[in-house]
Order: sequence, then structure tokens, then C-alpha cells
Amino acid sequence: MTAALDANLIRRHRETMLRVLIPISVVVCLILLWQVLVTASGVPQYILPGPSAVGVSLVKDWGTLAPALWVTTKITLSALALALLGGVGMAVFLVQSKWIETAFYPIAVILQVTPIVAVAPLILIYAPSTQVALLICAFLVAFFPILSNMVQGLKSVDHNLLNLFDLYGASRLQTLLYLKLPASLPYFMTGLKIGGGLSLIAAVVAEFAAGSAGAGSGLAFRLLEAQYRLNIPRLFAALILLSALGVVIFGITSFIAWLSLHRWHESSIRREN
Amino acid sequence: MTNLHYPETPPTETRKRPLVVMSGVSKSFSSGTLALSDMSLTVENGEFVSLLGPSGCGKSTALRIISGLGDVTSGEIDWPASRINSKGLPEGDISFVFQEPTLMPWQTVFGNVYLPLRLRRISKAAARDEIMACLDMVGLKDFADAYPRELSGGMKMRVSIARALVTKPKLLLMDEPFAALDEITRQKLNDDVLRLWRETGITVIFVTHSVYESAYLSNRIVVMRARPGGVHADFPLVTSLERGPLYRTSEEYRATCEKVSQSLLEAIGFPLANGLEMH
Ligand SMILES: Nc1ncnc2c1ncn2[C@@H]1O[C@H](COP(=O)(O)OP(=O)(O)O)[C@@H](O)[C@H]1O
Ligand SMILES: [Mg+2]
Repeated sequence: MTAALDANLIRRHRETMLRVLIPISVVVCLILLWQVLVTASGVPQYILPGPSAVGVSLVKDWGTLAPALWVTTKITLSALALALLGGVGMAVFLVQSKWIETAFYPIAVILQVTPIVAVAPLILIYAPSTQVALLICAFLVAFFPILSNMVQGLKSVDHNLLNLFDLYGASRLQTLLYLKLPASLPYFMTGLKIGGGLSLIAAVVAEFAAGSAGAGSGLAFRLLEAQYRLNIPRLFAALILLSALGVVIFGITSFIAWLSLHRWHESSIRREN
Repeated sequence: MTNLHYPETPPTETRKRPLVVMSGVSKSFSSGTLALSDMSLTVENGEFVSLLGPSGCGKSTALRIISGLGDVTSGEIDWPASRINSKGLPEGDISFVFQEPTLMPWQTVFGNVYLPLRLRRISKAAARDEIMACLDMVGLKDFADAYPRELSGGMKMRVSIARALVTKPKLLLMDEPFAALDEITRQKLNDDVLRLWRETGITVIFVTHSVYESAYLSNRIVVMRARPGGVHADFPLVTSLERGPLYRTSEEYRATCEKVSQSLLEAIGFPLANGLEMH
């Protein structure tokens, strides 16, 4: 009995290990290959630096890169937080009546389909500071997927459960808190994961726009600056930090989704027959 | 909608007031379907009434109208024995068990049964004893912390029944509750419902399309006809036998089933009762 249990545990542990080890070794192999190719072909560093040069630059320029990383992280996360608040709030407002939705949903769609790079210069003019402008841009991009997922979720509540709440004389607030919001949690989590990725992308794109206007101190600006100065190792270092930030955001949002859904939702449950 | 035509019980009146009276109820949907036409039905306290009829004859519609989920097009529903709230419904006296268990997947079994009390703003601590008692009644005491997805179809249905009982309603409406379950589970749940009915003295209106189920469970069967829906036949069912395995194999049960089948066939439009000619 215990032996079988142990064997099962070991098997599951081994699977988890493999899940972590395989992608890591693939990445390590690719980096090694990169180093070997760069060394063997003798490409100059200002065209393609090897991973070791990038590493050196990451350490050497940490004093410049770290504050920039912090700025980008701050903008991305605040934009995401605002988009969550705004998206959920707006969704709750929209589903209150068909007329409200008819009146306001098109505006949300217009905001979404207009390319953010095109709007950014305008926002830069009106916003009190570049930081605020970046925040607004990132917010606008992350807002819509959260809104549309939430609207979808709030509307796809089981009709029988709605009937049940009616039958017990539940108030609108009770129906929202105990039924509609929990029922749309899976949709919210989808919105969160998409919004998290998009807010970083929008923060970077907006900073490109702002950076060309001569202001800013986020990672995207450092990246552009490194390009002007032909400091390609530092450009790669900034790029790596950006993608690391993206991975961390993805990891955290996925973990939050798993944490809140794994007890009951099919998407987070191991299929067991 | 008021109790006006039921004056203060005169000393001469010894009969108890009926629980619910449907008089001349018609219901047509916006699609134009006339689901119910001039349906009248009086249900007494403590009865176990089966609504039996072909699919589409308006059984669910009738049940939903009684529960207050749908409006009538014409006619009236009256609750002579209850205090009426502003919506014309007896406050907290009705519970509904749907064909699907209709549980909230994000709540545990306990949380699902707690729902009706939570909506009445009763604290979890105050509700705990009542909830556990109801779970015990349906044999799910040990599953209070399980999530619905971990339960079988029959167990989910039991949770749904426990939730319906937790408010101690006077009237339990059940809309083909066991239609999706296998035969053995259904028989087991039928026995459970009968036991609950006997123990609690609750009034049950049970919608089914199964002749055998209705003949086994009820002490009154209302056969409905279709297009438009209404009452075709209404007969009491008295039996000397305790409902149980013995009753299931008795001659009395067989005769009842035959009588009910006959009536149902008439309702559908096969007058086999007068000879064997078919129209
Ligand atoms: N929401 C609705 N809108 C339009 N027609 C409906 C609706 N609900 C039921 N009906 C119609 O009313 C009739 C009775 O339906 P129902 O009460 O569900 O029958 P049963 O439960 O006996 O099978 C059917 O013809 C059905 O198509
Ligand atoms: Mg039905």
C-alpha cells in the first residue's frame, strides 16, 4: 500500500522535474550554440555579441538598467491594476441593462481598435508627465481584453442558478456578489493573463513613442539609447530584462489563475479517469 | 392576491385551508405558444401531487408559475394558508428542485446548501446546525467539504434537495428531478423523497413523465393534456401498503400504473378505453 503510494509520488515528482528541466536544458543548449557560433564565425560585437558579452554588460550596466527595469515594472503593474479595476467595474456597469451596453460598448471597441502608437503622441501632449502618459497608454491596451472577457463571463451565468437566486428573493447586489462575479472568475482570469502581457507590450511601445520625443527612463528607452550608441550588448541586456519581466508577469498571473480556480474549474483540474 | 375572500376562520369551518389554489390560469409566451389554458388546481397541505403528462404539455410552465418565476397571462394563484409578501408570493415557503442539480461549482456542498440562508443574511455559524441536519437527511454529512465536481449525479441531486429543504419550506416543487439519473439511483432517491415527505410533512408537487414514478410516489396524480396544456384527469391514490419494495411488486401498484397509463393515453389522444379502435 505505502510502497504503491511512494512509487506514485516518485513518478509524479519525476514528471514535475522533467517539466522544469526539459525547457531549461533547451534554453541552455541554445545559449551555448549561440556562443559557439559567435566565437567560431568571429562576428564583431557591435553586430552580434555572444551571450558572455551580454552577461558582462548586464552586470556592468546594472546601475543604469536596474532603475529602468523598476520604472517599466511600475508602469506595467499600475496599468494592469487600473485596467483590472476599470475593466471589471465597466463590465459590471455594462451588463446592468441592454441599453447601457448598446450605448457604451462601441466606445470601448473604438478605444481598442485604434493602434496605441497612433494615439500615444496625443496622450503625450495632454498628460501632465511622460510617466502618466505611458500609464494611460498601457491602461488603454490592457483594459479591453479584461472588459470583454468580464462582460462575457457576467452574461454566461447558468440561467437555472439565476432562477434560483430570483426564487430566494436575492437582491441585485447579492446576485452580483454571490453568483455573477464568482461565475465569471474563469473569464476574469483569462482577461488577467492577456491583460498582463499586453500592458507590458503597451508600456514598451508607448515608451518608444515617448523616447523619440526625448523623454523617459524605462527599459524601452534604454534599449533605444543603446541602439543609437551601437552598444549592442547593452541592447541585448535590456531585451533580456524585458523578456524576463514578461515571463515573471506571465508566471504570476498564471499562478493566480491556478490558485483561484484549481479547486473547482475544469480548466485547472488534472483529468483523472 | 389577498386573503380577503378567506375571512377569519368561522367556527363552523373545520376543513383546513388549501395551500395553493390555481384558478383559470392561462399562459402564453411572446412566441405565441399557448402553454397553459384555463388550468385550475387546488393543492392541500401535506399532499404529494404528481403532475404527469407528455413532454411539452406545460408541466414546467405550471410549476414555474406556482413558484413565481413566471407571470400568468390570465387567471390567479392564491395562497390561502400563507402570509403573502409584496411580490404576491408566500415568504420563504417555496423551494424548487430543477431537473439539473444547479449547484454553484465554486462552492463546496456546505456552501451550496448554505445559499438560501446566506441570501437571508443568516451567518454561517448560525446556519451550520441546520445545514448539517439537512445534509444528514440526504446522507451527505461526510461530504460537506467536497466540491460538486467530486460527486456523482445522484449525490449532486441530493445536495440540491438538501438546499431546497434548508429553509424548511411548506411547498417543495420538483421538476423531473431524477429524469437524468439511472434507474437504480432514481429508485433510491424516490425512496429518500418519500421518507422526507413523511418525516417533514412537507407538501410536494412533483413533475414527471414517468407513469411508474408517479404511481409509486404520489397520493394524488394530476394528468395533463397538451396543446393547450391543462388538467386532463385528477385522481387520488390511496393504498393500504407502505410504499417500498413490496408495493412495487404488488397487484395494487400494477393496477394503478395501468389506470394512470390509460388516462395518459387519453390525454395524448388515444381513446383506448372504449374498445381498441384508434382515431
Ligand atoms: N420560455 C419559453 N418561450 C416560449 N415558449 C416556451 C417557453 N417555455 C416553454 N415554452 C413552450 O411552452 C410549452 C410547454 O413547455 P413546458 O412547460 O416546458 O413543457 P413540459 O415541462 O411539460 O415539457 C411548450 O410547447 C414549449 O415549447
Ligand atoms: Mg419540463
